[in-house]
Amino acid sequence: MWKEISVLIHKEMTLEWRQKYALNGILLYVVSAVFITYLSVGAKTGNLSIPTWNALYWIIILFSAVNAVAKSFVQEHQGRQLYYYMIASPEAIILSKMIYNTGLTLILALLGYGVFSVILGNPVEDQGLFLLNLVLGAMGFSASLTMVSGIASKAGNNATLMAILSFPVIIPILMMAIRISKNALDGLDWSVSVDKLLTLLAINAIVAVTGYILFPYLWKS
Amino acid sequence: MRQSWWKILAIALLLYTLIAGLLMDVPRLPILNETIRALHFHVTMWFGMILMLVISVVYSVKYLRSNDLKHDDIAIEFTNAAILFGVLGIVTGMLWAKFTWGDYWSGDPKQNATAIGILMYFAYLILRNSLTDSQQRARIGAIYSIFAFAAFIPLIFVLPRLTDSLHPGNGGNPGFNAYDMDSKLRMVFYPAVIGWTLFGSWIATIRVRMRRVERTLEDQIINS
Repeated sequence: MWKEISVLIHKEMTLEWRQKYALNGILLYVVSAVFITYLSVGAKTGNLSIPTWNALYWIIILFSAVNAVAKSFVQEHQGRQLYYYMIASPEAIILSKMIYNTGLTLILALLGYGVFSVILGNPVEDQGLFLLNLVLGAMGFSASLTMVSGIASKAGNNATLMAILSFPVIIPILMMAIRISKNALDGLDWSVSVDKLLTLLAINAIVAVTGYILFPYLWKS
Repeated sequence: MRQSWWKILAIALLLYTLIAGLLMDVPRLPILNETIRALHFHVTMWFGMILMLVISVVYSVKYLRSNDLKHDDIAIEFTNAAILFGVLGIVTGMLWAKFTWGDYWSGDPKQNATAIGILMYFAYLILRNSLTDSQQRARIGAIYSIFAFAAFIPLIFVLPRLTDSLHPGNGGNPGFNAYDMDSKLRMVFYPAVIGWTLFGSWIATIRVRMRRVERTLEDQIINS
């Protein structure tokens, strides 16, 4: 099982590396989105309040993640999907995609953080908590978005469907992540955020486990 | 009689709710005053909605295990009825909020969470309508319905409790709480929950039967 997953993750990475334009496209998407935000809010240093920084950052990460993960079931054509169906178990496929997408979302989030820090300033007081929150947020985003992109790919995979299906499902994760991130920005003590971190972890677990149980039914059709 | 006793029970309970809920003495609480009667008509909507969503999820699971379209009929129609209850719950809640909090929309965490929940189930309906094959529609619909329900539960039960809510019983507001919910209110509230849920199930079962009749008619046209 674990061997299968690692082979599948390796396959995803090779595939991504071969089609570099998709990866580069999504990276450029993040940078342009941050730059548009910068120009729109007219933020010279100190002009942007901390809650707004936080909200803008997470919204950009949300949209980039939706775009990045949306392609996870369409970049390979039907014939090859049938081939995977025969050689790999659905559990291994969903887990490998979730793990791979976690990595991808995390890269996007870190890149976004870097660009944000350079252009809009970096008001984060507690780097450790902020980064831990990014990891948890990326896990939650990828768990729910991978499953939703699987569903959307069965329904003709239009972008609208992907967005309307994923936004309501992802909101609990997003709201927890924004709250923890606010604590990190204000440099509050870790004890304030521990229960929130645990709640976020629990929501991630619920979403991931539900996806894991339901995916075999989706894969069969 | 054996099949319709629960419909008679529903009518009786709802009549009781209407009469007792509007006429019985209620405790006088600051701010709430007479609007506390909304408990029987607003809060019960949420209870009915959640119960019907649970039924719908159970039948979605049954569908995935058996691939029998009969289960899917029940799942979709109970979701429809639950959405109706959800919309009514939001509308009654907004009316109530106008008179107690001063605004139709006050950005209360519970208000926001339920609005998101409604969005989730509207998305479910759109997803179903975007698929044409009935087996495919039932399967993908069931999968999303279960998935959405798993995300819906933390949304309405966990998140609002982490922040202060304007709702009675939260953050020091008087109202719906173990120690200050009056026993007189309970006498109407619990029958009202049962009555409304039965009423919703009644709507759902009628629509399930309509669906089955339509399908049989379609089959006859195709086969003739």
